[in-house]
Amino acid sequence: MTRHYSALSLLKEGLNDQRGWQKAWRSPEPAGRYDLIIIGGGGQGLATAYYLAKNHGITNVAVIERGWLGGGNTGRNTTVVRSNYFFPESVALYDMSLKLYEKLSLELNYNVMLSQRGMVNLAHSPNDLEMAARAVNAMQINGVDASLLSEAETRDLMPLYNDSPTARWPIYGSVLQKRAGTARHDAVAWAYARAADRLGVDIIQNCDVTEFIVENGRCRGVRTSRGDIRAERVGMAVAGHSSALAAKAGFRLPIVSYALQACVSEPIKPALDCIVLSPSTGVYASQSDKGEMVIGGGLDRIPSYGQRGNLPVLEHIISGLLEMFPSFRQLRLMRQWAGIVDVVPDSSPILGESPVPGLYLNCGWGTGGFKAIPAGGTLLAHLLATGTHHEVSRPFDLDRFARGRLIDEAAGSGIAH
Amino acid sequence: MQLFPCPFCGPRSESEFHFGGDFGNLRPEGSDVSASEWSAYLHLRANPKGSSSEVWMHMTCGELFRMDRNTVDNTVNSSAELEDTHR
Repeated sequence: MTRHYSALSLLKEGLNDQRGWQKAWRSPEPAGRYDLIIIGGGGQGLATAYYLAKNHGITNVAVIERGWLGGGNTGRNTTVVRSNYFFPESVALYDMSLKLYEKLSLELNYNVMLSQRGMVNLAHSPNDLEMAARAVNAMQINGVDASLLSEAETRDLMPLYNDSPTARWPIYGSVLQKRAGTARHDAVAWAYARAADRLGVDIIQNCDVTEFIVENGRCRGVRTSRGDIRAERVGMAVAGHSSALAAKAGFRLPIVSYALQACVSEPIKPALDCIVLSPSTGVYASQSDKGEMVIGGGLDRIPSYGQRGNLPVLEHIISGLLEMFPSFRQLRLMRQWAGIVDVVPDSSPILGESPVPGLYLNCGWGTGGFKAIPAGGTLLAHLLATGTHHEVSRPFDLDRFARGRLIDEAAGSGIAH
Repeated sequence: MQLFPCPFCGPRSESEFHFGGDFGNLRPEGSDVSASEWSAYLHLRANPKGSSSEVWMHMTCGELFRMDRNTVDNTVNSSAELEDTHR
């Protein structure tokens, strides 16, 4: 059986009529007891399982997924990875993630197709440009690569941008983070699943958590559609469904779930080398390796668990995109979809123990959980293994809301939600 | 485009409305409100999957009202004026 992915194994299996490939992961029946349980088989949950095994040597672990691996927001995002945040706490978190992404393909023996093509945040006025300079200064002080580009340098990167003298959103300059880029989203989930499975983690799909087992005020496991599963500690990484699970455990979270839409055009020849974001139109776009324009924008403004997305927001996103790139008017949209994101008042994640002891949270990533998968996994694994915070996750504890120590990235780096 | 029923103006486009939070999340009164109570009022949300009672503003007329709807299929069950105790 061929397990390792390499040019040599491709050649070997090519000669062998592709019959020797081993399944990337097993589909075991759930055991009644594990050391640790992780609810949610998306990128965050699978990465947590992998880092528990790799960093802490804990392999008697189950990942429980209601649907299929990476079928939630991991499979619905626009694949951007970046660390261009404002506050030191955020930069420590997101740059930890980007650094892990940079070596992920090699580490997991799985090509996650990381493409560090650079991300450009546009400035549309002299005032925007001053804020752009502030963002660049903050990023450089925090030790992350950033440069301030002039109008000409920005236009060089995107020759199709609207150059009409009457354009509603002219370019005055931009912030470039060169190390930002895209990664193949499904591959990230599959790579972590395969690596975790190989280290002994049980990945259990089609298994719905119906209740928490709480004894003496402490979480001791979960009741599922496939029987009770007990554990010393339970972690949950379920994004937009965090509040629904929290309700089962008897507490509320500072989260509102919204649909976040994205869409892709038909594939075309290379036309956009970088990722471009306009804070004013709320639109961002990049071109996938297949040639499709991948387009995203702001949240639907109606709290929802329906994975669809509404028309007024889609219209707003497309009209913003066409104002930026008038020639994209010719493109036909191939697909449109939505994921349910967990939006927190300060646009920063929640990592730490929940109000129910023994139950740990990884949620609140809002519109930006994909880029944080390696860090979110590392930090939840640390919490589950040790019961204490990693220094990077400490500021993101749930207690920051009562302490008034919010990390407001909506104000800091202008996240559009 | 979904139509939401404003109790004052009738069915109007969803884009005219703004979400105002959970119905029944009342401001804690008195001078001895603890940090956690205040934080719960400000930040914690029911965010239910399914039936939800919410406060919305119809921005066109500026009125706040109660709307009961389903957060999975987005159907609206009812909308009503806020009682005085919830203003």
